Parts: sequence; C-alpha cells; structure tokens
Amino acid sequence: MKKLVLAVTIALLLTMVSGCGDAQKGDAVTINVLNWGDYIDDETVDVIKLFEETTGIHVNYTTTASNEEMLVKLKSPDSIYDICFPSDYTIEKMVAGDMLHPLNKENIPNLSNIDERFMDLPFDPGNTYSVPYMWGTVGILYNTTMVTEPVTSWKIFWDEKYAGQILMYDSIRDTIGITLKMLGYSVNTRDEAHIREAEAALTAQKPLVKAYLDDPIKDTMIRGNGAMAVVYSGDAVLCIEENPDLAYVVPDEGSNVWFDNIIIPKTSRHTAYAEAFINFLCDAEIARANTEYIGYSTPNKAALALLDEERIADETYNPSQETLDRCEVFRDLGDFIEVYNKAWTRIKAA
Amino acid sequence: MKRTVFAAPYAVWMAIFIFAPMLLIGYYAFTDGGDFTLANMRAGLDAMYMQVLIRSIWLAFRATLLCLLLGYPIAYLLSRMKHGTATLLSVFFVVPMWMNFLLRTYAWQVLLDSGGILNSLLISLNMPGQQLLYTEAAVLLGMVYNFLPFMILPVYTVLTKMDASHIEAARDLGANGMQTFFRVVLPLSMPGVISGVTMVFIPAITTFAISRLLGGGMFMLYGDLMENQFLLLNDWGSGSALSFILLILVIISMAVMRRAERQAGEEGAKLW
Amino acid sequence: MVKRVRNFFKGTYLGLMLLFLYAPIAVLIVYSFNASKTMGNWTGFSLIWYRALFGDAMIMRALGVTLSVAALSAVIATIMGTFAAIGMHSMKKGTRLVIENISQLPVVNPDLVTGISLMMIFAFIGLKDGYTRLLLAHITFNIPYVIFSVAPKLRQSSNELYEAALDLGCTPLEALIKVVIPDIMPGIVSGFILAFTLSLDDFVVSYFSTQGVENLSIYIYSMARRGINPKINALSTLMFVAVVTLLLIVNIKSIREERAADTQRRKVAKKTA
Repeated sequence: MKKLVLAVTIALLLTMVSGCGDAQKGDAVTINVLNWGDYIDDETVDVIKLFEETTGIHVNYTTTASNEEMLVKLKSPDSIYDICFPSDYTIEKMVAGDMLHPLNKENIPNLSNIDERFMDLPFDPGNTYSVPYMWGTVGILYNTTMVTEPVTSWKIFWDEKYAGQILMYDSIRDTIGITLKMLGYSVNTRDEAHIREAEAALTAQKPLVKAYLDDPIKDTMIRGNGAMAVVYSGDAVLCIEENPDLAYVVPDEGSNVWFDNIIIPKTSRHTAYAEAFINFLCDAEIARANTEYIGYSTPNKAALALLDEERIADETYNPSQETLDRCEVFRDLGDFIEVYNKAWTRIKAA
Repeated sequence: MKRTVFAAPYAVWMAIFIFAPMLLIGYYAFTDGGDFTLANMRAGLDAMYMQVLIRSIWLAFRATLLCLLLGYPIAYLLSRMKHGTATLLSVFFVVPMWMNFLLRTYAWQVLLDSGGILNSLLISLNMPGQQLLYTEAAVLLGMVYNFLPFMILPVYTVLTKMDASHIEAARDLGANGMQTFFRVVLPLSMPGVISGVTMVFIPAITTFAISRLLGGGMFMLYGDLMENQFLLLNDWGSGSALSFILLILVIISMAVMRRAERQAGEEGAKLW
Repeated sequence: MVKRVRNFFKGTYLGLMLLFLYAPIAVLIVYSFNASKTMGNWTGFSLIWYRALFGDAMIMRALGVTLSVAALSAVIATIMGTFAAIGMHSMKKGTRLVIENISQLPVVNPDLVTGISLMMIFAFIGLKDGYTRLLLAHITFNIPYVIFSVAPKLRQSSNELYEAALDLGCTPLEALIKVVIPDIMPGIVSGFILAFTLSLDDFVVSYFSTQGVENLSIYIYSMARRGINPKINALSTLMFVAVVTLLLIVNIKSIREERAADTQRRKVAKKTA
C-alpha cells in the first residue's frame, strides 16, 4: 500500500509540473474573461487562441453558470475580471450599482456590425456600457409525436393529459415570467397580487411536472423523454438539429426576449485591451463562428448575412418581427425581486 | 516536550480557516447592516423551511441506513480476505470516487431515464417500464451511490486492525458464526461504524447537486435551500441563519454519536 | 460444499456492489466513443472527442490545476493531520473533545457554507491569488478526514510500545517516528488517499473559494449548464484507465510478493519439520 501511494504521488507530481508549465507565459498583458460555459467557439475556429495570436494579449478564460453568480463574482471587492457576459436585467442592476466601465467606442469600430434593432435597449440606453453578444426568445419546445394538437398557449403546461411529461425551467424570472404571461400580466409586474396568482398556478401545476431542470432539459427532450419544455430559442435550435421530432413555438400570449451582452467591470485595469476583445467578438467572421457553434441568435447583422439561407429562414433562430412584438425584455426589479424570490422558494419547497 | 505540541500548527490553522470564517457566518446571521437583529433567525425557523429540513433529515437517515446495510458486509468480507486481495479489492471500491462526482451523477440520469438502460432491461424481462429518474428514490440512490465508500472505508480500517485472536477465542469458547459476529466483531467495530455514519449522514443532509440532478428540482432539500439563499437570492443574512440552525442540529447529532461511541467502547470493554 | 456455496454468495454480493459502483462509469466510458454530442443517444463509434480533448487548452489547464491541488493538499493535510491526531490523542479529555468537535466543523458543515465562509475570510485578508485560495481551502477540508482516519488507529494502538521506546532511551520524536507512526500507518495511508480523492472530487468549496482559476469540477459545472461535452467523458475515461492500470500493477505485484513469501514460509516450515 505504501508503494501504491508513492507511485500515485510521483505520477501526479509529474503531471502537475507539466500542467503548471504553460500557465506562466512571459510578461504579456492578461485579461480575465468570465463567460457562460460553452458559450464561445473553441472547435471550428478557436476564437480565444486566434485572439491571442492576432493581438498578443493573453486571455485567462473562466466560466460560470448563472447571472446571479456573475453578479456575486463581480461584486467581490477583489474581483479580477475584465470581461463578462451577463443578461439584460443583470446589466441594468450593474449599471444601477455603478459597477460598469463606460465603453470607449473608438476602440470598438466593429460596433457598426450590430443590428440597430438590438442597440439602445431600455436596460442600457445608448449602449454606454454593453455590446450585444447573443439574443433569443423563451418558448415551448414540444415533441410532435406526443403532442399532436396545435401548440399556441402556455396553458398547455397545465393540461392534465400531459401529467409527468412536462419539463419546467429551473429559473425564477423565466418560469414566473411565462406564468405571468399566461395570466395576461407583464413579465416585469410589480403587483404582489399578480405574483400571488402566478405562485398559486405554479404550485397547482407541480404534481403534473416531471422535473424543474436547467441544462439537462435539452438532453431529456432530445432523448424523447418529455412531451414539452420551457426553453431558450438557441437551445431549441440545437435540440431540433439532434431530434427532428421536436418543434419550437413562442405562444400567442407573448413571452420574454433576452440579450446576453458583453460588459467591462469598473474594477478592470485593462479596459483598452478588454475593448479590443469586444471588438474582436464583433468581427463578422468571428461572430458567425460563435453563433454557428453555440446555436444562439447573433445580433451581428454582418455575421447573419454570412449564414446559410436555411438558418436565416428558421423562425426559431431568427424570429419574425411579429413574434418579437409579442415579447418583453426583463427589467431589473430592484428590491421587488424579493417578492419573486420568496414565491419561487415556496413553489420549489412545496 | 509534550506530545500535545504536535497539534499546535493545526490549532492555528483551525483558528484562521475554520473558526474565524464560522464567526463571520454568525455575524451575518445575527446582524443586518451592522445592527443586531433576530429577523434572520425568525425567517429561518419558518414552517416552510422546517418542512424542507425534516424532508432532508428523513432522506439522509434512510441513505445512511442503506449505506450501513450495504457497506458493512463489504467491509467485513474484505477484512476476512488475504491481505493482498483485500487491498486490491478495497481500492476498487474507492476508485469510482476518482471520477468527478458531477459526471457520475450525470451518468445516472442516462441509466435511470425512461428510455434508459435500466428501463430497457426491465422491458426486455417483460416487466413494465418505470419512471425512475426525477423521483425521491433516485435521489436516495444518488446519495447511497456517492456516500457508500465513506461508510466502507472507516469500517474496513477498524476491522482489519481487529485482532484475529478475539474471533478465535470466541470460537474456542463455543460461539457460532452469528454469535461471534454479533457479540464480538460488531461491538469492536463500532468506532468505525460511528465514523462511517457521521461521514454519510451529515453530507447527505446538506447535499444539493444530487437532488437537483436526480430529483429534477422536485424535492427541495436543505442544501438546495441554502444554495438558493446564498447564490440565487444573495441573501447572506437568512442563508447564514439557515447554516446556523443546521450547525446546531449537527452539534446535537454529534453529541448523540459521541454517546453511542462511548457506550460502544464500554460494551467492548465489558466483553474482555 | 457449504463453504463453496457461501463463497459463491460472498463473491456475488461483492460483484453486485461493484456493478452498482461501476455502472455509471461504464456509461461515461461508452459515450466517450459516441459520434453524437448527446449522452444516451448512440449514433456510432467515433474517436473525435479524444482528438478534440488534446487540442483543448482549457481542459488541459483545468486538469493540471485539479491534479496539482489534489496532490499538494493531500500531502500537506496528511502531515498536519497526522501530527494533530497524535497531539490530540494525548490531550486531556476535555480539551480534546473541544478541539475534536471544532475540527469536525468543516466535515459537518455543508460544503456550501465552508466555501462561502472561506471566500469571506480570503476577501477579508485580501488574498487574491486563485490558486493559493484553492490550495488553502482544500487543505482545510482535508485535514479533518486525515484525523478521522488516524484517530481510530491511535485508539487501537497501545500506548505501552511508545512508553517502552521512551524507557529504552528514545526521544519522544524518535519514539513517535519509529514506533507510533509505523503502527498507525494504515490510518495515515487511508487518510492520504481519502484526502486526495476528496480533493479531486470537490466542487462546491472550490467553486466559491477561488476566482480566476478553474479546476475540472468548476469547468464541468459551468459546462453542465450548456451540455456536458463528450471531451470530458474522454478525459474521464483516460484518467480512469490510468488510475486502474497503476493500481493493478502495484497491487498485483504486492499480491505476488505475498504469495511468494507464503510459499517460502511453507518451504521453510517443511524443512524444519
């Protein structure tokens, strides 16, 4: 047994030495990037590597799993990050908290590639602090072999016919949001009575639900183990590619349209380099590589023009203006989010 | 030089990295913006939270019992083998822990899912398919799966150290296999059992990734609740209050275990 | 005959338990050879994920962090934990109980709270380096497990040997190294292995206590949000094969040696008879 430990330790120390080697690279400037997992192309075009080779700026790339965690990490007094990709309402919260660096747009000439439709949105007027990276809608992904009726309403998630086949999204704003939409309210309501109604509806629905999931929702739907699910449009694109029995729809009552934008935290000490990175991501070819790899919709019109016709014509990937008109963007709710949070905790704990 | 000196570096370490951070938790649990408050604690004792706590304890209790029932025989059988074989086999019971636990739990999804391997097996045996994934049973299975090695190891360690002459003596005095086991082996292995129970029960109460991955977010446990408070709601006050409540609970259960350990020790002593 | 039946049942039981422990691992391995990106959806044999794995600098870096933190934290925790257990063993009962209970805090405390409280203390003392944070956090939660493994052995080992060594003129340190430590070696070894394994496996504490550095768990968790990439399956498969091979080589050798020693003894016994 002693020998065993020795052998294992030696083997590990060897790997460790080789593992540490590449971490220290000269005196080049390093920018710290905090992104969502698997949210940049590293297969077809290795975007990070290409950026490092083109600019000589070293990138320390790390990932995280939710807006809330991004907020926690960036708020920390010893935060080291230079680039992050939060969603709309989180950016609004960060702006309100004076956490963001106002962008120097001279360093981001590729900003002209971004579609005006996605600029100057209420969560960041004039795009002082953020540049759109990806966007999409929230809708219903359903399996056409199990659901044969036309799907037009969120109410189908409350249909007892589908008990045990329903997958809900494990996320406060999204799930309460679609319930509010079903009830005919705004996804940004600040009326406690609306939230109480939504809470009652979701609690009553719980016995019908198979699971509250986030990412595994995709695999479950691809494997044909759920009749319907709440998903982001970008995930729906991937799922439909893998399983053609699936279809995606944004219900008539309307839904949420969301944006993940690129920001620079105020604590960044390399803002010019970070802006160079943003500019690089806005390049048409790079944005195309990213949107093709991730499956999410790009706000970059120059990149969109490079995609195949089929993709551009896909209503899931590129929804019509008519669909978008039914959708609302999430706003930061300030302290009122407490009411949402408490309702959510009660639903999940029930 | 007193031998107690050897514990000094650890004592210092403990003060900085265990004790001081705990004080910070206590600070957050009982203050709001620097002022003393009981509001966090009151919120933490809410009936809804208590319901979650009871659910967690009940699940953890069953998981611990299953780990003991499954793990003790493994440890026992291993300890009765030739040394080399036993070492080899015991290593095989630990190796699964070298694979990332998120990945292993993720893999259980594939096994348990409606179109998954277990269901295909049931159907090929002409039995009705079952919804296994996203059930309470799946969470229980995930806990047993993840914590079983923590039960096997301490019991095995104690059993191998046990003097074989005790068993021989019992045999010579006319005890049969069962009697030897229940009157000699089991009492002497109690310290290992108690470490094992501690190492399974408490992590099981507070696990959160397992219930999320295999329970599909349908069975909120105390760990999920705390994750919810800290990460999602960024509410350190009530999160700290929940940890505080849990800590008290843990201290109580540890006192119970200690008592059990002492009694076990006395019984072991009584035998000889 | 009865013995054979009994052995059969013993073997079957251990076999079933191993099947239980290895079934998910088998799933991971099988799907690392899948052509599709989705686990559970077999579309054909392929090695693309293995090829992709070695081109992935992030995974390689995360692997380096995971292994080096596991090795360093296990070594440091084993040394500190063993000495702490020895020190605590000879303490007065009251003091010992207090220290034992406090040292169980990181064991009994939810990982989440340990992680968050460490994050708070690191921010408090202004420690910015993510790797150091990770290492300190792992040492902290590893030590109690080492103590857990060593303490029962100490309780079983008799104090008389140590006293005898002192009587024979050893200094306490010598007595410790020559008598006590060999006696409790199995506990130390299992403590080390436990520490190493826990460090490899940890996710929650790492996730909260560090920043800007990723180990495999953190990488996998953030990836889980967008679908586990089969590259990770491929990596797990390779690590698994490496560990099992290593263990087999070491163990089979020691079994052979044991057998050889057995035969030797028997021969000697025959001769003397």
